[in-house]
Amino acid sequence: MASHSQEHDHDHDHDHSTLSEMDIRVRALETLLTQKGYIDPAAIDRIIETYETEVGPHNGAQVVAKAWVEPDFKAWLLKDATAAIASLGFTGRQGEHMVVVENTPELHNMVVCTLCSCYPWTVLGLPPVWYKSAAYRSRAVLEPRKVLADFGVSLPESTRIRVWDSTAEVRYLVLPRRPANTENLSQAELAKRVTRDAMIGTALA
Amino acid sequence: MNGVHDMGGQQGFGPVHVEQNEPLFHAGWERRAMAVTVAMGASGQWNIDLSRSARESLPPAVYLSSSYYEIWIRALEQLLLARGMVTQAELVNGQMTHPPVPVKQVLTRETVDAALKAGSPTARPIDPPALFQVGQEVRARNMHPPGHTRLPRYVRGHVGTIVRVHGGHVFPDGHTLRATPPFNVPVQWLYTVVFKGNTLWGEHSDPNVEVTVDAWESYLEAVT
Repeated sequence: MASHSQEHDHDHDHDHSTLSEMDIRVRALETLLTQKGYIDPAAIDRIIETYETEVGPHNGAQVVAKAWVEPDFKAWLLKDATAAIASLGFTGRQGEHMVVVENTPELHNMVVCTLCSCYPWTVLGLPPVWYKSAAYRSRAVLEPRKVLADFGVSLPESTRIRVWDSTAEVRYLVLPRRPANTENLSQAELAKRVTRDAMIGTALA
Repeated sequence: MNGVHDMGGQQGFGPVHVEQNEPLFHAGWERRAMAVTVAMGASGQWNIDLSRSARESLPPAVYLSSSYYEIWIRALEQLLLARGMVTQAELVNGQMTHPPVPVKQVLTRETVDAALKAGSPTARPIDPPALFQVGQEVRARNMHPPGHTRLPRYVRGHVGTIVRVHGGHVFPDGHTLRATPPFNVPVQWLYTVVFKGNTLWGEHSDPNVEVTVDAWESYLEAVT
């Protein structure tokens, strides 16, 4: 797939008076599907609103922070992630069957979907371009340590890396290690420290 | 299908380019493309595996040169055309000239939230006992089906170990055998299998790497 950098010059939503080919194509499609009664534009607006304002990595960050603070919740999360995450209200599309994998000093987890771009929408929202890129999908399973280096992450050679290729409807969330010197932070403050990439496994926290 | 979408282990795509402060969408049309594709799933005219199959079946050069949402839209057009839900001329003109076909559901602003919150779970009851247990060694079959499959090429023929048993799940290869409803919905045990990096990538590869895939039972065979 074309990387974003290649598209940047012509695909951004600037104040261009001319529409891109894809803009015209998608407008024609949406108009047609609306005329046919297959879609309701108000529903389209609501779907966009949901993923722009409600569902995103802040959901996953809440899950992680709670697991860092509450051992019982962490145990539940590692045993039955779908139920534990649902208890915080995060359920549904592209998060129907969740598994949480825990990073330790010996083991680092990283998530990919080599066949398409499966991603845990309920806790992370829509995936970033790099996650969907050919470079990440091809290399994450072959040379994960070098991919981590692209993200500026350097792990000791003795740290085992386990890459989870999301080939079914199971969606994976990485439970990163709690950063040092955060004992005094509240759960809400901890949640702010959790990055999206840490929950994919391409960052440490 | 041994398509270009099956990217695990391919080389030559360069470094992973990470955009700082990346926006959720990079163009207005991407927003609409995402939501239209999600909404059309409710029509019940295809299932998730037929949708993936349509994306994988785009011409290889188109797939590789298209952005993610462009792939979605091109595949959605193919799904609609194949079922007679739209015509090519209608797509080009963005104007209806043929009546619609009946669909299962049209999402409204009122029903969207519940639909997204429910999702489409693929776990199903399954009667026969699981053939494999956690800790057991299995071989990913050397298989090359011409249709949709979720067994990536890079594990085929290799021996791994079962680390999780997920229960019964809808089997994608069989889920795509009928293109229109009522769909064929076969169920198989689903497992997570871990492979040593050295097994997949050779003795000179990183010794401290493991890769897991989720694999349905018929993708696997016992190691004797």
